[in-house]
Amino acid sequence: MSDSTVLTLPSPEAALLLARRGRGYWKNVWARLREDKITIAVIVVLVAIILSAVLAPFLTPHDPLTTSVLKRLKPIGTEGHWLGTDEIGRDLWARMVYGGRLSLLCGVLPVAVALVVGGTLGVVAGFAGGVVNSAIMRSMDVLYAFPSILLAIAICGILGSGIGNTILALSVTFIPPLVRISEAVTTQVRSLDFVEAARASGSRTTLILRYHILNNVLGPILVYATSLISISIILASGLSFLGLGVTPPSAEWGLMLNNLRQAIWVNPLVAALPGAMIFLTSMCFNLTSDGIRQAMDVRL
Amino acid sequence: MTAAPLVSVRNLTKHFPVKGGVFRRTQGVVQAVDALAFDLLPGETLGVVGESGCGKSTMARLLMRLTEPDAGEVRFAGEAIGGRAGLSLRDLRRRMQMVFQDSYASLNPRLPVVMSVAYGPFAHGVRRAKALERAATLLEAVGLEPGLFAHRYPHQLSGGQRQRVNIARALAIEPRVVILDEAVSALDKSVAAQVLNLLVDLKERFRLTYLFISHDLGVVRYLSDRVLVMYLGKVVEVGPVAEVWAHPRHPYTRALLAAMPTMDPSRRTTEALVSGDPPNPINPPSGCRFRTRCRFAEEVCARREPPLSTLPDATDHTAACHMLAPDTGHSLAPAGGARESR
Repeated sequence: MSDSTVLTLPSPEAALLLARRGRGYWKNVWARLREDKITIAVIVVLVAIILSAVLAPFLTPHDPLTTSVLKRLKPIGTEGHWLGTDEIGRDLWARMVYGGRLSLLCGVLPVAVALVVGGTLGVVAGFAGGVVNSAIMRSMDVLYAFPSILLAIAICGILGSGIGNTILALSVTFIPPLVRISEAVTTQVRSLDFVEAARASGSRTTLILRYHILNNVLGPILVYATSLISISIILASGLSFLGLGVTPPSAEWGLMLNNLRQAIWVNPLVAALPGAMIFLTSMCFNLTSDGIRQAMDVRL
Repeated sequence: MTAAPLVSVRNLTKHFPVKGGVFRRTQGVVQAVDALAFDLLPGETLGVVGESGCGKSTMARLLMRLTEPDAGEVRFAGEAIGGRAGLSLRDLRRRMQMVFQDSYASLNPRLPVVMSVAYGPFAHGVRRAKALERAATLLEAVGLEPGLFAHRYPHQLSGGQRQRVNIARALAIEPRVVILDEAVSALDKSVAAQVLNLLVDLKERFRLTYLFISHDLGVVRYLSDRVLVMYLGKVVEVGPVAEVWAHPRHPYTRALLAAMPTMDPSRRTTEALVSGDPPNPINPPSGCRFRTRCRFAEEVCARREPPLSTLPDATDHTAACHMLAPDTGHSLAPAGGARESR
């Protein structure tokens, strides 16, 4: 530095040693997370659901697509089919674990895509303000004009059915709300003094975004995004029902829920099972993200 | 007072448009800072005083270029800022730093304070470990033991400790000028006193120049070498602090000083020198902006704006009032030269 100002520093080695002594951030997060028994339990359940989907072939001897006219709508506890069978005699346990594959994919992937795209757009809109903000937010308002399910149906209708198009349609559906949430929290954080102070220190914008904006906005955005996972599973099943998403006979929880609708009078417990799985999965995602956010929040 | 100014400000102006109505048309203009001019000398502490809303903070933000000025020029050590030949904003901000009033809002709640302090050098390309090392030594310099405080988060510190961190943060990139915008106003008196003493120490140790903005006259008197009095976005008086305190010349400065609470019962003020609130800065009074509240206001005050002129008995003491300059047409103005003023 060309200026004549010279700092006289007291014992740099000692100071550095002291400064480095602090416990790592992630160690702190882990310590806080371990205290939170509910979150730990929920994470265990969530991991079990994911593992059962991944390891489906090892969990059941039955094929999820094999039908049997003789064994239709057997109740829970039937010999050989402990969770019973569906309306055309397929083993329900097999369909549940195999169905988890498509359902988790339909639930998580659109939200992940929308989180990346929508989150980026929202943070940029909130941070840049002015014309950029108006351009992004007004385009989102156009998408908002359609009810989300209608938008997904329209996209699937144009592109045709299939799992890939379903995921694409759902991603587009979830982008506007994510943009709006991220824009709102970013605008709020941007006007705080510490962002001004970072600007005043002559820092580049990318560095400010990384160190000062992102770690203050990611928490609320993530929690909101996980709440969309359950909606995503339901919407995907809705599309399947209309013949636009996953096509029968594939096992998928939403589709199973729709097909078993009629069976609710014959065997209500069996018919409710896919719905229960959707509920359990979405609850697990919500509670997990909430717990992790709390563990990561240094202010608590 | 012969030293070349470190920061010189000329004609600095910022008007905020007030928009309203259905089509968001400009309905008025707040003249937050209007044609401001002053010099900041190397090594001095210039106190800036004035009522709330007189443009003190806007001035600080204009100097840091956190707000773009509408007009005017700021030179740093003779160099213009911006433009092709001038000092870049990045360079300016390395030489000039600012401490904000709200100690909590000006620290990132999710970073340990040592990171907040290290951020400045880090943003200027200093290696991470090196930046952290400097941050730790600066925390020690502001009286916070790094081993105890470095890895705390802002909410785990008291107001005084947080403001010390903010000071360390401002010093981390070795600035020459530090703008202290109401830096101790939000603190308890006893804590404020400690922070003020710290500021005095740091100034000597790092050879700093302070621009100290405050509405607390006692604090300004204690810390400043010179004082600048602002009223509605304009400078009304500048001078050495002892001189201004002993002989305030502008009626507004006199009123301001008289309004100071005193411990001496014999100096108790019994009547208000100034009444009412400052006029709306959207439509400031014509001529002298203080005339609506000034007891000495005459016709000339509404007609012409008094320039900032050097007082005859002190070369470094200037004030903007028709009563102080000769031949202005004010009945109390001194007779100037050969001519007789009416």
